[in-house]
Amino acid sequence: MTASTSAAPVAPSTPPEQPSPAEPRKRSLTGYWLMLPGALWLFVFFVIPLYSLLATSLYDPDGNLLQGYEMTWAFSNYVDALQEYWRPLLRSLWYAGIATLICLVLGYVLAYAIAFKSGRWKNLMLVLVIAPFFTSFLVRTLSWKLLLRDDGFVVNTLQFLQILGDDGRLLATPVAVVAGLVYNFLPFMVLPLFASIDKIDHRLIEAAGDLYSRPIVGFFKVTWPLSLPGVVAGTLLTFIPAVGDYINATLLGSPGQRMIGNVIQNLFTDANDYPAAGALSVLLMVLILALVLVYVRRAGTEDLV
Amino acid sequence: MTSSLQRLGRWISKHLVLIGGLLVLVYTFIPIAVIILMSFNEPKSRLIYKFDKFTLDNWLNPCADPSMCSAVSRSIQIGLLATLVATLLGTLMAFALVRHRFHGRSTANVLIFLPMASPEIVMGSSLLALFVASGFGGQLGFFTILIAHILFCLSFVVVTVRARLAGLDDNLEQAAMDLYATEAQAFRRVTFPLVFPGILGAALLSFSLSFDDFIITNLNAGNTTTFPIYVWGVAQRGVPMQVNVVGTLMFVIAIVIVVGAEMNRRRREKALAA
Repeated sequence: MTASTSAAPVAPSTPPEQPSPAEPRKRSLTGYWLMLPGALWLFVFFVIPLYSLLATSLYDPDGNLLQGYEMTWAFSNYVDALQEYWRPLLRSLWYAGIATLICLVLGYVLAYAIAFKSGRWKNLMLVLVIAPFFTSFLVRTLSWKLLLRDDGFVVNTLQFLQILGDDGRLLATPVAVVAGLVYNFLPFMVLPLFASIDKIDHRLIEAAGDLYSRPIVGFFKVTWPLSLPGVVAGTLLTFIPAVGDYINATLLGSPGQRMIGNVIQNLFTDANDYPAAGALSVLLMVLILALVLVYVRRAGTEDLV
Repeated sequence: MTSSLQRLGRWISKHLVLIGGLLVLVYTFIPIAVIILMSFNEPKSRLIYKFDKFTLDNWLNPCADPSMCSAVSRSIQIGLLATLVATLLGTLMAFALVRHRFHGRSTANVLIFLPMASPEIVMGSSLLALFVASGFGGQLGFFTILIAHILFCLSFVVVTVRARLAGLDDNLEQAAMDLYATEAQAFRRVTFPLVFPGILGAALLSFSLSFDDFIITNLNAGNTTTFPIYVWGVAQRGVPMQVNVVGTLMFVIAIVIVVGAEMNRRRREKALAA
């Protein structure tokens, strides 16, 4: 939460005759009216659906869409779903985790370069970071399919360098899927990182140098800790969509790289097994919320929004 | 020789981070280059997705597959409507959050934050669960997609506009009112013009999020085809090169808008400085 919003509810602690300018000063019904339509939309189409999802996950697994489902509080749906689909679930966490780490490295270099080294080109470089992502996600991913194809330039080069065996390939391997995830979610990492790094007072880093710290030590003792809010926000904003994604796994991978998104999507639309799909969705959501909470606590920052 | 090599080495190590950053930037543009190139491609067969022969055909006949063009226009319709509603509702919420006091602010913040923190597959499947449970399972289509798109755009609008509003100097509005402007006048002549770039940015973001969404849409679309759903379909049976024309256009339009906004900003800054 930003400073201005979190500071607001504690208004009574400041003397009433001198309201600080950062604080909202109007106390009337207007605030409620302004909030109402949007809040209602979020409530009806986000909160209630989560409840519907939870209910769906406890329906009788023997029911079907045509005859309707019966609520039987079938908690066994969760056990069954986990038993059958723990592999894609773990795989998703694993792929998304690796992709997030690679994004962090690439994104940090880029965000650092923009914040500290780009001079008057800062705005232009920022625009260039987001520009490629205005084209369609799917078309972008299809062009990676073309780039990574079996007799393509990338594979041939890697084969020439003996990194890849003579019949080695990239498509339909975990490498391609993770590469796709890295590419598609990189801006979610770069932008929060940039916001954090850009705020760092350059004199602090110079001070570290003046006190005879080597640049690398200065980086880890000054720059990195100060950029942590951006690191936390960036890794979450990359990891969360990557975990649920199935576009990369489908277009660049093979059934062997099926992720949890593929499973949920198939259960809903092809197998029409709503209870199992619901259970997996709820599991994914709970898992992510737990992860976010633990991670944010650990990193010691709650500057998320 | 050695000294110039050394100099080169020193230059590289001095600018290592910048070079690394530029390389990452180049990497993000590789697929764009492919998309632009492929939009001029005449493929030997629809199933072989690689560059074969130069042609302008794809650009001259973008609607060779009419179903692609109708998918694009449906995406544009949904995108415009979703943007309109989400920008309106989100801007109101942002004003409430920054400018007004009310109970339940932290609940509201959580409510706005959560949709951004949930994976699309969860949001999409919970909406589907709601639609099915409330008897709309048979009517999935344009309106269910629209509802979903407004939902996921809303949070981004609030966050974008709120950031702009929070960074605004409150005193400007006060000054206007000290000079006997009514509250409405101060809002119309001072606050709104200052917040407007933020609202515009939020609207652009909404449109591109909506136009590009696949995972949530796919779960709630029924038989309705948006552009991403069309691409998903043809990805299995052979991609017409016109898809790359649309991809290129999206890129070019976005660049034009963003560069235009930046130039406008610079011009204003200069005008203010003069």
